[in-house]
Amino acid sequence: MPEAPSVLAHHFDDVEQQRGAGTLGMWVFLVTEVMFFGGLFLSYTIYRVIYPDAFADASRHLDITLGAVNTAVLICSSLTVVLAVYSAQVGNRTLLLWFLLATILLGLVFLGIKFTEYAHKFAEHHVPGSDFVYPGPYAQPAKLFFSLYFAMTGLHALHMVIGIGVFAVLFVQAWWNRFSPAYYTPLELSGLYWHFVDIVWIFLFPLLYLIGLHLPGIGHG
Amino acid sequence: MAEHIIPPKTYVLVFAALLALTYTTYVVAFIDLGPWNVVAALAIAVGKALLVALFFMHLRHSPKLTWVVAGGGLFWLGILLALTVSDYLTRGWLAGVAGKS
Repeated sequence: MPEAPSVLAHHFDDVEQQRGAGTLGMWVFLVTEVMFFGGLFLSYTIYRVIYPDAFADASRHLDITLGAVNTAVLICSSLTVVLAVYSAQVGNRTLLLWFLLATILLGLVFLGIKFTEYAHKFAEHHVPGSDFVYPGPYAQPAKLFFSLYFAMTGLHALHMVIGIGVFAVLFVQAWWNRFSPAYYTPLELSGLYWHFVDIVWIFLFPLLYLIGLHLPGIGHG
Repeated sequence: MAEHIIPPKTYVLVFAALLALTYTTYVVAFIDLGPWNVVAALAIAVGKALLVALFFMHLRHSPKLTWVVAGGGLFWLGILLALTVSDYLTRGWLAGVAGKS
């Protein structure tokens, strides 16, 4: 069974310092991610301030039910991630494997639903490009909305794909008994990443899907 | 001393709160609150993000240094948003002075 000496890298004083350094590094990375997504949220804010009616109108073309279900799926996956970390903390390998598997599956469900939504958008000609069709007075600003929709949800989905890959690696490592109550840093740090991606979606959902619902049928010629 | 282990019960409670807040933001979105719709949506989103960060991301039991890094990130995001938006929101003021509507 791996104990402290094999777990501790030689340039750290003790396991706690090593864990703290890893966590700090991950948080610094997440701050860069905040700024990465922040530019898109900023673009969204400016164009929504300039074209509030068009954004509300275009938002009504998104599938609120699928968006809400995906929000719930991501929250469930965040729960399975923390429970996976907990399982490692208490040294329960079986539970750890199950929760990692559940996380991967929930991530795939999210991407599947997202794929369905994208397919709808292509079928409805709401994908910005030469094929874009949007009747009514809001065609141009609606194109901006859908550009931001695809950029923001696309970047978010890319993070999901990476996250699922990371958790697949963690599953294999957990299978080979790489983790113990003394060493589970990769699980903890990957969990931080996954929760961050969840938080991004927590803001994307109301800002993209829910901004036109309270307005009685606006626009449309 | 080692890390603080949060019991699963806490995680499940936070999870339930997150689902309840998601349902709340969904319901509130259908009620016409005028300019307060976006305020309500963002307030709920910030609340959910705080729950995730404090409990799921273990910020609550993290060292002060982690708090500083997380807070610093938000501060810089605030600069990005506040300065740019203040530019765009005030451009109309000058146009008014120049005699345009």
